[in-house]
Amino acid sequence: MDPMAEIKASFFVECGDLLESLEEGLLQLQDGDEDPDTINAVFRAVHSIKGGAGAFGLDALVHFAHRFETVLDEARSDRLEMTSDAVRLFLKAADVLSDHVAACRDDVPMDQAKSDSTIAELEALLPEGLVESTQEEDDAVDFTPASLSLDLPPLDDAGADDLTTTITFTPHATLPDSGNEPLFLFRALASLGAVTAQLDASAVPSLADLDPTQSVLRWTLTLEGNPTDAEIMEVFEFAQGLCDVSITRAGGAADAPPLPGLPAGTEDIGPSLASMDDLPDLPPLPDLPSDDELPTKAAKTPQKTETPPAQPTPKAKAPVSAPTVRVDLDRIDRLVNLVGELVINQAMLTQSLAELGVSSSAAVASGLEELQQLTRDIQDSVMSIRAQPVKPLFQRMSRIVREAAEATGKKVRLETEGENTEIDKTVIERLADPLTHMIRNAVDHGLESPEKRAEIGKSEDGNILLRATHRSGRVVIEIEDDGAGINRPKVLQIAQEKGLVPHDAALSDAEIDMLLFMPGFSTAKEVSNLSGRGVGMDVVKRAIQALGGRISIQSEPGKGSIFSISLPLTLAVLDGMIIEVCGQTLVAPLAAITETMTLSDADIQSLDKGTRVVHNRGTFVPLLDLGTEFGYRTEQTHDDEAVVLFLSSEEGEIYALLVDAILEQRQVVIKGLADTYGYVPGVAAATILGDGKIALILDPVDLIKRATAAAGLSLAG
Amino acid sequence: MRVLAVDDSRTIRDMVRLALDSAGIETKLAEDGEQGLEALEEMGRGAPPDVIITDINMPKMDGFSFIEAVRAKDRYRGVPILVLTTESAPEMKDKARAVGATGWIVKPFDPEKLVSTLRVVSGG
Repeated sequence: MDPMAEIKASFFVECGDLLESLEEGLLQLQDGDEDPDTINAVFRAVHSIKGGAGAFGLDALVHFAHRFETVLDEARSDRLEMTSDAVRLFLKAADVLSDHVAACRDDVPMDQAKSDSTIAELEALLPEGLVESTQEEDDAVDFTPASLSLDLPPLDDAGADDLTTTITFTPHATLPDSGNEPLFLFRALASLGAVTAQLDASAVPSLADLDPTQSVLRWTLTLEGNPTDAEIMEVFEFAQGLCDVSITRAGGAADAPPLPGLPAGTEDIGPSLASMDDLPDLPPLPDLPSDDELPTKAAKTPQKTETPPAQPTPKAKAPVSAPTVRVDLDRIDRLVNLVGELVINQAMLTQSLAELGVSSSAAVASGLEELQQLTRDIQDSVMSIRAQPVKPLFQRMSRIVREAAEATGKKVRLETEGENTEIDKTVIERLADPLTHMIRNAVDHGLESPEKRAEIGKSEDGNILLRATHRSGRVVIEIEDDGAGINRPKVLQIAQEKGLVPHDAALSDAEIDMLLFMPGFSTAKEVSNLSGRGVGMDVVKRAIQALGGRISIQSEPGKGSIFSISLPLTLAVLDGMIIEVCGQTLVAPLAAITETMTLSDADIQSLDKGTRVVHNRGTFVPLLDLGTEFGYRTEQTHDDEAVVLFLSSEEGEIYALLVDAILEQRQVVIKGLADTYGYVPGVAAATILGDGKIALILDPVDLIKRATAAAGLSLAG
Repeated sequence: MRVLAVDDSRTIRDMVRLALDSAGIETKLAEDGEQGLEALEEMGRGAPPDVIITDINMPKMDGFSFIEAVRAKDRYRGVPILVLTTESAPEMKDKARAVGATGWIVKPFDPEKLVSTLRVVSGG
């Protein structure tokens, strides 16, 4: 990849980080944080984005960032009051800035009108007369090595014939302290025209009296051409106060007459400045006595005590970050794959050795055990590399909440807990959409309007708590709101109207809550700007399930609701039950299995269309013959001893799977099939077992769909 | 030539390195004033850098404090320090001058000009 393109790509990654800290800082300010470090960090974030963007010519972004930065500069210099309205505006500006970055990165159009109106609002905050003039940083490079000095004798510009300019240059002893050196000042001058230099060493004392740190040399420079005074003085801009410069202009003659006052002993250095190296070094040599006796030091040493002491870390700051490395996700995926292979290989080795009867030897057995342990540890470590804190995801939700609140006219406070909880990166990405939808739902349907809330004695601001924790080997993400809770009668009514539930069904509260997840259920009666986009909670649920997760609801009318998502810690490994069907080995996800039974043929009842059901805990449950389902056999089996797995879907639907035998329970490494085979009905993925054979991993949700479709039933009972 | 460049923006550090690498200039990078001082110590065990480039707005220790700290050390008093920043306000330049900066480069910078500037101030 071309290096500039690489840097640009990494710039956008950096922008992501900067936008994150920008939002974090603004939220802290909103919470009343008064630490100057916070507002400075906010300023720097915008400043850095602007700086980088300028390098890539991203003008619209630079333009907006510049305006934003200007206002922030006023704020951090205490010239602008940080009212809550101001911070709210800053948050909005941060969103617009983020949009600009996304527009540049993804090459999508930007809502320029919104950007402009936000700029107008920002500038309205500025004190009168401060609205930015056209001080855009347009200069590509503006090297001004020295600055303009002082007493200029009145110059005579009248002579159009002037061909040479004479400059006398007397550095002060302090000149080298700013890293300036006559030599390169002359070189810089040379960019204006040919320079010849004449040294006046008349002030050099005898060697015995020579103080190397004193400046005793003086030069007369002859500059050809007719640069303006401004141009000349620009060269000396930064040496201002550290040298004396005077300019006189002479006409015509190529050689300027030597200046008066140059005694004998003047060395004519001529245009070759290389001989300057023979002169005593003006910058102090490293082994000089360094101390305060030197007059130069007294003049230039800044008061060290003025440097502000290190700021104590305020409590809100994130933990100090350890050194990090950026790694391509591809490389990690490859590593994950290889580790998966390692696990499989290790299992195969164990198996082979067992078959050879070797593993009864203590040495081999313990060696294998250690190998297994190590492999598991490596696997855990590698999977944890892909694990990332949910914080950026939660921060995105913060913006969603703001937008949703604005769109619905509600007041919402979002609190987050467990931001540093880590989840696999892919899971985080695939959680974004479902989470967004649930948050919008919470704001739209869960929370009451501020007036209503005030009426019933709640705070005007609705509260949403977004929490992530690790619980019994899984990651749990909860969205809790203190709104009205699920309106169960309404939900039941809608479900009945849509034919999702028989009219006389008696459902528990939990079952009613689950109705929300049914396909086709959406509170279409209250289509709002947000949630009424045709995306129902069933899509959310399927997305969670695709991640190997589960979703559930708890709700209390008048108090609020909690939506809980439980996710596996890693994607690549599954706890499975190894089963056998027609000599084929398959894997059923343990999480989906509620129980297993051995039934006699009598327990199985046949309905028409060849569908069969099984009696289980008071209801009839559709039975799926895996053998026929997968085409391993054409005839349904009627063994006297049927092994049946009861699988449950998230809705609590139970169905039964008829298999030949259950072999064992194991952790298996998931190998995806989608890339090679696309969608395979009833199959989620595959794995390689210890004996080297491939086993398909079942997809319970898909199987349920097929089973219930075949049986023509929607809900058991 | 050896150059120490201090800037909190990774993008800018990358670009400086890119510009200087292609000119065969040895570059050491730091993220803020504190790191800059550490890097200086490391480099200084051999020979001090020929030029230092620094940003102004940085966390932990900003450019001005960094320059002050550098100038306070005798070893580095003669080392040219160039300020690389998007700002060009006169007050900023005055302040930079006051703490002992040698020159000022405005971002975004042209890589070739940066290199030629470095050569001018370092004589290398």
